[in-house]
Amino acid sequence: MASHVQAFMDTDVRAVSPETCATITHGELFLAFLTAGLSGFGGALAWIHRAVVSKREWMSEDEFASALGLCQLLPGPIVINLAIYIGARYRGATGACAAFSGLLLAPCAIAVLLAAGYSRYGQLAVAQSALAGVVPAAMGLLLAMAIRLAGRLRRRGEMALVAAAAFVGIGMLRFPVIVVVLTIAPFSLLLAHRRVS
Amino acid sequence: MTNNALDLGWRLMLLSLIAIGGVDPIVPDIYRFVVDARGWMTERQFADLYALARATPGPNSLLVTLIGWQVAGLLGALIATLALCGLPCLLTFAVSRVWHRFERARWRRVVEEGLAPVAVGLVFGSWYVLVHVADRTWVAGAITATSMLAVWSARLHPLLVLAAGGIAGVIGIV
Repeated sequence: MASHVQAFMDTDVRAVSPETCATITHGELFLAFLTAGLSGFGGALAWIHRAVVSKREWMSEDEFASALGLCQLLPGPIVINLAIYIGARYRGATGACAAFSGLLLAPCAIAVLLAAGYSRYGQLAVAQSALAGVVPAAMGLLLAMAIRLAGRLRRRGEMALVAAAAFVGIGMLRFPVIVVVLTIAPFSLLLAHRRVS
Repeated sequence: MTNNALDLGWRLMLLSLIAIGGVDPIVPDIYRFVVDARGWMTERQFADLYALARATPGPNSLLVTLIGWQVAGLLGALIATLALCGLPCLLTFAVSRVWHRFERARWRRVVEEGLAPVAVGLVFGSWYVLVHVADRTWVAGAITATSMLAVWSARLHPLLVLAAGGIAGVIGIV
């Protein structure tokens, strides 16, 4: 099992070739985020990770983790920030628009149509009971993604400690994200500065 | 109608700037504004829209689209969505521009290396918070564990995993 886990975590270490990045079109960006948005029952983050890292290899795990860190730090919905970041990374302003609209257009339309039907038909009992099973399953997907990302940290004990501290702050002590980031990020940056230099 | 939409839009725009770590932290503020302060909907309607937003695939921020729709129809949905996403998108775009310009700079590597573990910790932390809400029964916990293992080791398509969860929900074993 251990070696299996190890092999799994090592699958995405390879760097992304510049040629791949140069050939990503607006259509591909739109499509990648459209699929992620439409599949994202119970949260789209794991699906974006799948779309751009596991499936298309546009980004390495490391780059995704850093981009995610940046997007968590900035105000606004994280997955939308991530779409803007990734779109802008490969195709500038228009790429950001392509990724943004890919992620949002279809889900917004569906949500409004459902709401329109909802006000007419009242309770969506079947959807509610399905959701009771879909959301726990989505939590499993998110956990799998989190473990993949954490695989990168095992090379550095101090990075794992930083991650553990952030986990305790958010998950167990329930501090607001901004408080946790402002407390832990400076230490983490200092450690990173020491490593890089 | 339009005035209400703009009123909501302005408030969401302000709230978007303090929505660090996603929309969840500002949901109580949105609630206070649209239910308590403005009386645009009842507590029950708000809860229903929240459930509906979660039942729809896509970002959880769809909640504001639905609130806009409830307050002022299609125009309201459009204004609310753009008001919430507008400034954060511009900010993210600006930051990513600077970021990509300094691709080889040493400070960028430091920031990347420094932020990555914080990001991973935050993902685990918010997962931990969410899982307490999502998994209220042993069956739900088992579904989470099974779906994690299913996408991880069996490499099943995640949609199959979600569908299996949905079926478990519909037949009422969760």
